[in-house]
Amino acid sequence: MSLLTRARDLPGAAEPGRSATRTPRMRPWTPYAFLAPYLTLFAVFMLLPIAFGGWTSLHEWDINLPAKPFVGLQNYADLFDPASVDGARFWTAMRATGIFTVASVPLLIVLPLLVALLMNGRFRGRNLYRAVYFAPYVLGVAVVGLVWRFLLDGNIGLVNHYLGLDVQWTTDVPAAWVALVGVTVWWTLGLNSVIFLAGLQDIPRELHEAAMVDGASAWHRFRAVTLPGLRPVTVFVVNATILASANMFGQSYLITGGAPADQTKTAIYLIAETGLRQFDMGTASAMSFVLAGCLMVVSALVFGAFRERSKP
Amino acid sequence: MSTSLSRRSFLGLSGAVGLTAALTACGGGTKIGAGSSAPASAAPTFSGGEYTGPKVTLDYWNGFTGGDGPHMRAMLEAFNKEFAGRIEVRNVTRRWEDLYPAMPTAIAAGKGPDVAVIHNDWVGTFAARRTLLPLDDVVSALSLSESDFIPAVWNAGVYQGKRYSVPLDVHSLGDYWNRSHLEKIGLSEAPADRAGYEDALAQLKKAGIAHPFWMPNKWPAHLMFMSLLWQHGGELYSDDGTRALWGSEPGVRALSWMVGQIDKGFSPAQVAQDSQYAAFKNDKVSFTWDGIWQINDLKTNARSLQWGLGPIPNIGGSAAVWSSSHNFVMTSQAGKDPHKVQAAKFFVDHMGRLSTEWARAGMIPARNSARQDPSVADLPQIRLAADLDAFHFLPPLPGVGDVQSKALELAVAKAVLKQASPSEALKEGVATADKLLAENKRKYGQ
Repeated sequence: MSLLTRARDLPGAAEPGRSATRTPRMRPWTPYAFLAPYLTLFAVFMLLPIAFGGWTSLHEWDINLPAKPFVGLQNYADLFDPASVDGARFWTAMRATGIFTVASVPLLIVLPLLVALLMNGRFRGRNLYRAVYFAPYVLGVAVVGLVWRFLLDGNIGLVNHYLGLDVQWTTDVPAAWVALVGVTVWWTLGLNSVIFLAGLQDIPRELHEAAMVDGASAWHRFRAVTLPGLRPVTVFVVNATILASANMFGQSYLITGGAPADQTKTAIYLIAETGLRQFDMGTASAMSFVLAGCLMVVSALVFGAFRERSKP
Repeated sequence: MSTSLSRRSFLGLSGAVGLTAALTACGGGTKIGAGSSAPASAAPTFSGGEYTGPKVTLDYWNGFTGGDGPHMRAMLEAFNKEFAGRIEVRNVTRRWEDLYPAMPTAIAAGKGPDVAVIHNDWVGTFAARRTLLPLDDVVSALSLSESDFIPAVWNAGVYQGKRYSVPLDVHSLGDYWNRSHLEKIGLSEAPADRAGYEDALAQLKKAGIAHPFWMPNKWPAHLMFMSLLWQHGGELYSDDGTRALWGSEPGVRALSWMVGQIDKGFSPAQVAQDSQYAAFKNDKVSFTWDGIWQINDLKTNARSLQWGLGPIPNIGGSAAVWSSSHNFVMTSQAGKDPHKVQAAKFFVDHMGRLSTEWARAGMIPARNSARQDPSVADLPQIRLAADLDAFHFLPPLPGVGDVQSKALELAVAKAVLKQASPSEALKEGVATADKLLAENKRKYGQ
């Protein structure tokens, strides 16, 4: 339909009077009718829950207690009050989320890019290597968590045993962060590699050939051709990786259990615990909104950073 | 590209929010059992005897995932066979830590249990949350009375003057030892007093056991701490439930003893979750304190290990050990159907009578009369019940579980991981606990 419309819009493509009778003009509600199924789903499963979550966050909302008194912004005020129990716990968890994100995202960008560059070459067994790097990603977090929890155990784990180390990977910081980031990189590196690989294969060969003719070295070609060609893909990968890292929950739940004390308990972990274990949905919703707000700011900053760089 | 990306990231962001919000939505219609017209009143009072109504199906939830599970399933099979065509009990077993958060929400949605087994310290919380229905008539039909029970177990079932549970058993921490390790130093079982215990640890170390007694920072560290607190003469909470008392002098001494095991080299530092028990099963540990529910696990999964079990040693001066109790309860979900109420009460009555059989699952029968039954006298856990005064329970305060996990367990973990001294960790924990107790007081309107 869009092709037809566009053809009509071309100057001289059709006579204005005739086209109106032959192909009736689109009714004003037609696009909305096509959008309706999606909009309905979006409204029911996104907008309504968000609004309901916002409403919940303004109440002392305990699932099972009949009274759910309205408390206004008290839940939010509590989060920003360092003397309150939830406030102190929440910012410790936000700090944990921040540490994990800052430590994992650069590795989850750079390593997959290197892997993708290697996989983009031509050599025997290339597909096997691609599968090997992607394989861990198909495992569920429960499998990954349980396996690594026992491998990394400081006293009876195989990692310390074979490396001859005495490091408490699951009960001490920063070792626990090294463990959590390491496991996450091992586990999810394949996905970003595949996306980068697709991006690399989209860069026209002619650009590389032209650069070679101009005498550009491999490093120069990487900087002047590969990186700019990957920019749109990189924006996506950086943003998606930041969000995925900021939503980390399963690894610390299963591998460290939040240990030592609560230092590796991430924000999502705490939100789930507050809402689903302690039934305090009001506070959990308020926490979710604060976390979501922070992530929106981070996302905006990432877009800003990439736009600036694109300016010559 | 960038617009579609920002939409995508927006969706990603709202996903986090939406998840929580969607889950809250499940709790939307949560007035079940909370209204003044309790539907249970439709059912006639239970006075014993068999269930005579039309056929009903009861959903039954419990957390018997360990060595106790097969015994419970066998008991249920027998029940279903005996009462086929009248009552069908559908069993759902999930881990306790998953069962408790799921239960109230599932009941609110009408997809939870009609009857369940919960621990005594949860009875107050769930009764206050209107998740449970009273069982006074079942107790009188069973002719149960306080004199046949450990008072703390009996009293935990009462909330605001009504009885909500029927005790099934008592279980506690015990001291497991590795027989072959102890033989090296000429002992056949673990010493029962402080001097003997510490001496044995020193000798075991000399005999080549690098770390004879691993100190966990998580479960069951807080159970060890509470036992030691009571042994030193301390208390957990004030009677009115407004103040945490575990930061007192006895608490500091209890926690210092735990940390001392690491300082003396009897335990490695920073032991990870479940490591101490795994190491015990792997013949690396001489002593470990764990629940008596591990008996069947050791029997089935550590067949080559030679082990013994006794009461935990008296470190603090007076014998005391953390204990808990499994209790049958009927939920507000069953209350929607008078026939279910009757059938559920009949089920609880029937199962409650089988406590000597249940003892074979590794538990101690809650009833004095059942415990003294000759058929259970030889079971390894029964000797732990020689001194009933040693059994100490969490008080049945509504919301006490939150206080324990947010304050007490964290304080113990911090001290054992050497992030704070015992007194600092406890002081910080008590400050948190007092705030939570005040919140609970207001929330549950005691």
